[in-house]
Amino acid sequence: MTSTPRAVTIVGASLAGLNAAEALRRDGFEGPVTLIGAEDHPPYDRPPLSKQVLAGDWEPERAALTDVEELEDDDIEARFGLRATGLDLDARELALHTGETVSFDGLVIATGARCRTMPGTDGLSGVHVLRSLDDCLALRADLEAAPQRVVVVGAGFIGAEVAATARGRGLEVTVVEALPTPLGRVLGDEMGSVCAEVHRDHGVDLRTGVGVDRIEGDHRVERVVLSDGATVDADVVVVGIGVIPNTEWLEGSGVQLDDGVVCDASCLVAERVTAAGDVARWPNQLFGETMRVEHWDNAAAQGAHAARRLLDEGTGPFAPVPWFWSDQYDRKIQLAGRVRPDDDVRVVNGSVDERRFAAIYGRAGRITGVLGFNRPRHVMRYRALIEQGASFAEALAADF
Amino acid sequence: MRIVVDFDLCESNAVCMQIAPDIFEVRDDDFLYILNETPGEADRSRVEECVQRCPKQAISIAGD
Repeated sequence: MTSTPRAVTIVGASLAGLNAAEALRRDGFEGPVTLIGAEDHPPYDRPPLSKQVLAGDWEPERAALTDVEELEDDDIEARFGLRATGLDLDARELALHTGETVSFDGLVIATGARCRTMPGTDGLSGVHVLRSLDDCLALRADLEAAPQRVVVVGAGFIGAEVAATARGRGLEVTVVEALPTPLGRVLGDEMGSVCAEVHRDHGVDLRTGVGVDRIEGDHRVERVVLSDGATVDADVVVVGIGVIPNTEWLEGSGVQLDDGVVCDASCLVAERVTAAGDVARWPNQLFGETMRVEHWDNAAAQGAHAARRLLDEGTGPFAPVPWFWSDQYDRKIQLAGRVRPDDDVRVVNGSVDERRFAAIYGRAGRITGVLGFNRPRHVMRYRALIEQGASFAEALAADF
Repeated sequence: MRIVVDFDLCESNAVCMQIAPDIFEVRDDDFLYILNETPGEADRSRVEECVQRCPKQAISIAGD
């Protein structure tokens, strides 16, 4: 029914989009490939933005994933600074914010996500989110100006990394987390508590179980008012309270939206249209569950998969074990799998007290995930067991 | 084929080790060790996958 596209357009020029473009060429696709990105920069890597670049150890150029010349060598037409505003599936046309219309044949949707913001902070300088290179450089400039105190709203992984980097710069840091335990809804309370202790050991003033009522200041932020009435003086505030998938441009297009772009198990959205990365929601058959994953590894792998699906209808389901890492202070935290806070958690290697350990998660007799603190070898070995659908008993008995 | 790892870039995420545990190993000292720097052609596709999947782009192949 569907044939291989004559040309492929990729909307979104970050990790998923770039991997899609590169996979097309690697797989021998010879038709035109166009990569359209909303940001002015060529594709860059986001993980260093909360770590090496923010710390000042790297100049931003080092985070580049490619450059214009490399893209030209691969015969990928790159168009940056252009935001997609509409999609017409019948006419097979994209609308851009400039008013331009672009025809396409095959399409990969990889528009990613953007940060949630705190209401009432527009125009208040010193209040940041961290997603893009521009966000990073603006925050870095504020951290370099020797602020008295940095307040991080949200103790998720981004907030935790920013806190760690700010402490590394010798700054006073308060982290405000609405949950009683950081990451409690991801890792469960026991392992979330370990993350909390890591921050406290490094001198972070961690306030849990309390929300942010408002952020105050006259032009520039001065203080954060918490839901319990306490105030924390702040020169710099970083808000890390999650992301929203960028799907508004697809409303009314006929593409099904549900907290992301809804795909089938192979990442197909519509005829000769696929999606990948933070914006894509798809049924991961390995877990029997529909998911949208915001990890680096997923964006890279799904981008390539979505491209292959356009070239070959026989491309099977995309069914990886989600995995990510977070570097905080001198700890490398890695989580693989699909865990729930009420899963059974067992430490299988190392010592929680020394914060060098691996713990596995189980539910309904199966291993669902593995968490490692400086245990990458174990994480990867248990990840392989998760991929094989191993039982929890089998995983507990394994000796890595 | 000779495997080259830029150890300034490597962050020991161990993705390569999951793909090719007979070639790469991250040990409990948190460092990556290359168990076989010169694997044969039969291993090329797995090593290429390691190159592509490395989150830090720290692996390359020399001596093509």
